[in-house]
Amino acid sequence: MREKLIEKGLLLVAFSAVVMIFLIAYLIFREGVPLVAKVGVWNFIASTHWAPSRGNFGILPMIVGSLEVTVLAVIIGATLGLSCAMFLAEFAPRWSVRILKPMIELLAGIPSVVYGFIGVVVLIPLIRRSLGGPGFSVLASAIILGIMILPTVIAISLDALNAVPPLYKEGSLALGATRWQTLYRVQLPAARSGIIAAFILGMGRAIGETMAVIMVAGNALTMPTSLLQPVRTLTSNIALEMGYASGDHQAALFATGMVLFVIIAILNTIALVIARPRT
Amino acid sequence: MLTHLSFRGLARLLFTAVLLLPLGCGRASKTAITLAGSTSVEPFAERLAELYMRAHPDAKISVQGGGSSAGIRAVTSRICAIGMSSRELTPEEKGLVEIPIAHDAIALIVNVRNPVRRLTMEQARDVFAGRIRNWQKLGGPNRRITAITREEGSGTRASFEEKVMVAGTAKDKNGKTNPAAFAPDALVQDSNGAVREIVAADPDAIGYISAGLIDERVAAILLGGIAPTEATIRTGRYPVVRQFLFLTNGEATGTAKAFIDYVLSDSGQTALVEEGLTRIR
Repeated sequence: MREKLIEKGLLLVAFSAVVMIFLIAYLIFREGVPLVAKVGVWNFIASTHWAPSRGNFGILPMIVGSLEVTVLAVIIGATLGLSCAMFLAEFAPRWSVRILKPMIELLAGIPSVVYGFIGVVVLIPLIRRSLGGPGFSVLASAIILGIMILPTVIAISLDALNAVPPLYKEGSLALGATRWQTLYRVQLPAARSGIIAAFILGMGRAIGETMAVIMVAGNALTMPTSLLQPVRTLTSNIALEMGYASGDHQAALFATGMVLFVIIAILNTIALVIARPRT
Repeated sequence: MLTHLSFRGLARLLFTAVLLLPLGCGRASKTAITLAGSTSVEPFAERLAELYMRAHPDAKISVQGGGSSAGIRAVTSRICAIGMSSRELTPEEKGLVEIPIAHDAIALIVNVRNPVRRLTMEQARDVFAGRIRNWQKLGGPNRRITAITREEGSGTRASFEEKVMVAGTAKDKNGKTNPAAFAPDALVQDSNGAVREIVAADPDAIGYISAGLIDERVAAILLGGIAPTEATIRTGRYPVVRQFLFLTNGEATGTAKAFIDYVLSDSGQTALVEEGLTRIR
């Protein structure tokens, strides 16, 4: 009897999270859909002109901006993160793993506003002086985000590498392969699905990050055609203008959230499919 | 109720909940009031509240941001005693008691290393509309201009738009002047402070902030030959001036009235001047 009660209780709690997601989705779509219907789907996602007070609701530059920043961030984060995970899994002496792993986990605990602040104080002037432009740019956002997703990428790909059965490694080494050959040709392919899942989860974090990006992206409304140009992402658009928005403007911000929701849902679905253990 | 849970409704709900918190703790007295609204007015109101509470230890005044529109809604629905606004009320919002507490000029600022110190209104408009893109055209070095504006909906941006971006524009047939649009590649920041920090760090940058927040790392531009000083702001000669408003729903009473009286008193006004605003009386 008591067993059942606890079981049902847990079920209820577990479902509350699901209910929450549906509630959020419902709220976003209910506010956003009427506006998209009013201005037209195509006008909303394919127009480059955003001026809510004048009735222009085009978010294409922000969609492009979000994707551009995210892809670059994942390239940076994936390269650094996977290298780090490979080192930790195979080459690092045990004492250094004991130091490095907690440090990387600490990186995940730093609030995003701190990353943004460091970006403004250190990275922006550096880019402005050495590469030109205002400094607030696609590049700055991508570098900051690339660093921010490192803990996610490292932790998950390290788990994936560690989950490769030791038999694979031993067999490869017994056949005369070097440690690098074994890692590159045997362990990495075996851990492939986990590593790709790590990249995609990192991508989800990058595309959803707001505070740090607002601080370093410059938030201009142009189509970002150069890495040194300022850019506005979907999340920054919502957070920047939410405070004062009302009426159609507010609905347009919800609609921006809708687009973001769909993009993230697609990314997560891909991650789920890839990370599913093969049967 | 649930079906009408809009964002604004939720925000209001949370807002109310936050306001009710101190009641739950049993610390509330008849003398506790809340101010809410414009983030431009907020720091000044906080300072005034601090000074007032020092003189009246039994009073409890809390100051919250949220933006002019949120403040107007809050005072209209009596969620807070005093609303703060840095913009004029729209016709639909009229009906509240408006108490101007100070003048605030919006100053154009550049980096101290930038030699350009004078702009006409038309030049200022063209810089932010993206028609002038190099400092050389304004008598400065041959470098690209980095213009920084505020986010859509900001009170500071609205004032700047209606005073500067309409410069030299003729009225249309409905008697309305249509402001020039901000250049889409202008940087957008969401606070006076952020704009000032960028201008302080970047010799090519230009932005606009409350004149009260100018510090030694940035230089104010003479707009049409006029510097934003107390005299030019009070007399209205400086062209970009707005009023900071306190709003009440009906005549203020109790602590709210006492606080407003203090703000308009000589010591309250002096405190505002010390913080960089210009006295209203």
